[in-house]
Amino acid sequence: MKTPQPLLEMRGLEKRFELDQGFLETIKLRGGKIVQEKRAVHAVNNISLQVAPGEALCVVGESGCGKSTVARLIAGLLTPSAGEIHYDGQRIDNRSRRAMMPLRKKMQMIFQNPYASLNPRMTIQQALEEPVRYHNPALSRSDVRDKVAEVMRAVGIDPSWATRYPHEFSGGQRQRIAIARALTVDPEFIIADEPISALDVSIQAQVLNLMLEAKDQRGLTYLFITHDLSVVQHFGTKVAVLYLGSVCELADTATLFENPKHPYTRALLSAVPQLKDDHPNHIRLRGEIPTPINLPPGCPFESRCAHANSRCAPNNPAPCNSLMARSPHAMRLKKGAWTAKPRTGGTE
Amino acid sequence: MSLLSVRDLSVKFAMRDTTVTALDQISFDLAKGERLGIVGESGAGKSITGFALMNLLSRPGFVDKGKIMFQGDDIVQMPEARMRNIRGNQMAMIFQDPMVTLNPVLTIGQQMVETLQAHRKLSKAEAEQIAIVKLREVYIPSPEERLKQYPHELSGGMRQRIIIAIALLLDPQLIIADEPTTALDVTIQADIMELLLELCQSNKVGLILITHDLGVVSQMTERTLVMYAGRIIEAGRTREIINDPQHPYTQGLINALPQQTKPGQRLKQIPGNMPSLTAIPAGCPFSPRCEFVKPHCLTEAPKTVQYAHVEVACHEVNRLHSSTDSITQSDKAEEIQA
Repeated sequence: MKTPQPLLEMRGLEKRFELDQGFLETIKLRGGKIVQEKRAVHAVNNISLQVAPGEALCVVGESGCGKSTVARLIAGLLTPSAGEIHYDGQRIDNRSRRAMMPLRKKMQMIFQNPYASLNPRMTIQQALEEPVRYHNPALSRSDVRDKVAEVMRAVGIDPSWATRYPHEFSGGQRQRIAIARALTVDPEFIIADEPISALDVSIQAQVLNLMLEAKDQRGLTYLFITHDLSVVQHFGTKVAVLYLGSVCELADTATLFENPKHPYTRALLSAVPQLKDDHPNHIRLRGEIPTPINLPPGCPFESRCAHANSRCAPNNPAPCNSLMARSPHAMRLKKGAWTAKPRTGGTE
Repeated sequence: MSLLSVRDLSVKFAMRDTTVTALDQISFDLAKGERLGIVGESGAGKSITGFALMNLLSRPGFVDKGKIMFQGDDIVQMPEARMRNIRGNQMAMIFQDPMVTLNPVLTIGQQMVETLQAHRKLSKAEAEQIAIVKLREVYIPSPEERLKQYPHELSGGMRQRIIIAIALLLDPQLIIADEPTTALDVTIQADIMELLLELCQSNKVGLILITHDLGVVSQMTERTLVMYAGRIIEAGRTREIINDPQHPYTQGLINALPQQTKPGQRLKQIPGNMPSLTAIPAGCPFSPRCEFVKPHCLTEAPKTVQYAHVEVACHEVNRLHSSTDSITQSDKAEEIQA
């Protein structure tokens, strides 16, 4: 079987945010000398990922690992510092706003907070009609209205509520409306940035079901950003674990949960509170996530890793294929590190 | 004698022309050194319970009826001067967001010394010594230096540790933790929970853990209360509630978790939303969302009954149990036929 062409591809994607803007801020005093240096937050470092049509790639990680930056880079809301993004075989990261327009119809985004992503001064009808009209100027008014009503029914919102304003809806309903808004233009690719984190448990299930339904019925491809690993296990077909802006493990969902390879993934999985297990075997990580300002050259996880040895600090591990995972990009870990004894005495 | 005993506590909020019931006759006990979880979704009344226990309800909220007996004294009737003596001293509270709880313009040291000096006659040097000991207990590296730092210089996990250290400063009998790790990442959450559990066990401190996360409750507490629309709808040993929930809402809450369904399949959702406090349905508040609803559920409020090791407020608890059994049996029969 021929491997299908990826719908979305990131090649060596990087994003740095300059901290020192303007000439004066870059002037520093170092050891009695005046030098010019720029500090930058390395939000995303050399990420290469592929999303095949019909897949749901989940990007997980803790706050500050660059998940949302990845989403914004793909949606074209940020410009990458280096690397390329290809959509359906075409490069999209260097396009102008105007050239990006036809893609916006194919690629839609759902944000975390439905209280902030809906305009409080527009009725639901207006909010849902706007993208349809913009992307299909040829449609008649009644066609637009039909389209909106159809999508509202699809997400379980009664079309007769269309004249209401967002504040009249609950959080779960608002998130459905936000999803409806993304679906009105019949996209093929959805970037969902923590779409259910702001919702209650019983409402999370409702919204997640809706997204699964949309996936099956409309053949959608998802890039799903989340910090909640149980949602990943349920929703994703592939998982990329991010740490300090780098992918530390990429695998099929089932493979990753059965047999996590990277020490960080193991620690992350062990930290999820379990319902049934009385005594979890929580792997404690030393210290806290280092700052992404001027990252050290070696493995980003080195400072907290129990298996770190002398080769981890100077060299960034190259991605290598593990035996269990089929993906050619399964993990970024030097094999030798596993045999090394856990380092005693930590740095803080 | 139990450390804390809440009897028929009702909390109301005065609106312009009506009052809204936020807590409806809740009763529970907490033994000395016991760990109790309060679970529910937003709007269930979990945090209001926490505030009422600390006597921190502010207008328009007020305690309408009921008693909160803490070490034999009723907190509801207590004059503010005495309450101030108890608050922070014998019971302490940990809030969700560590950035909001700490004062941004005071150093960690100033805030800890202030708390100590408010309750005990101590010199600044003595108070600082106690603060350093407590910071060490929560595994804060180089505590002497932290005392001179401001909250913004520390990470979220570190700040929450400091809050726990402040809560433990005066060796309280009871800690009320309101979503203490919701704002933190999973790995940090696991650290903080482990720490809190360790400290409560070693110092014999009672803990009331308010959270929406059933996983956290399952790992941290001995007993659990499940709240819905200002009522306790199920109470009992945590293990019993997690393994064999009786109330349809608790069952729904546990079944809605993605772990309970095979990957890629539809999650078992609870239809509808939590009712707003201004429009709590008559009868059983869960009746509009309940799949086992019967006519009398819509008119009569259910009484709390003992059933299968837990206390549960549901009319249909017997039927519910036999029907789920029959469903699983018919499922099995279908499987055999297939």
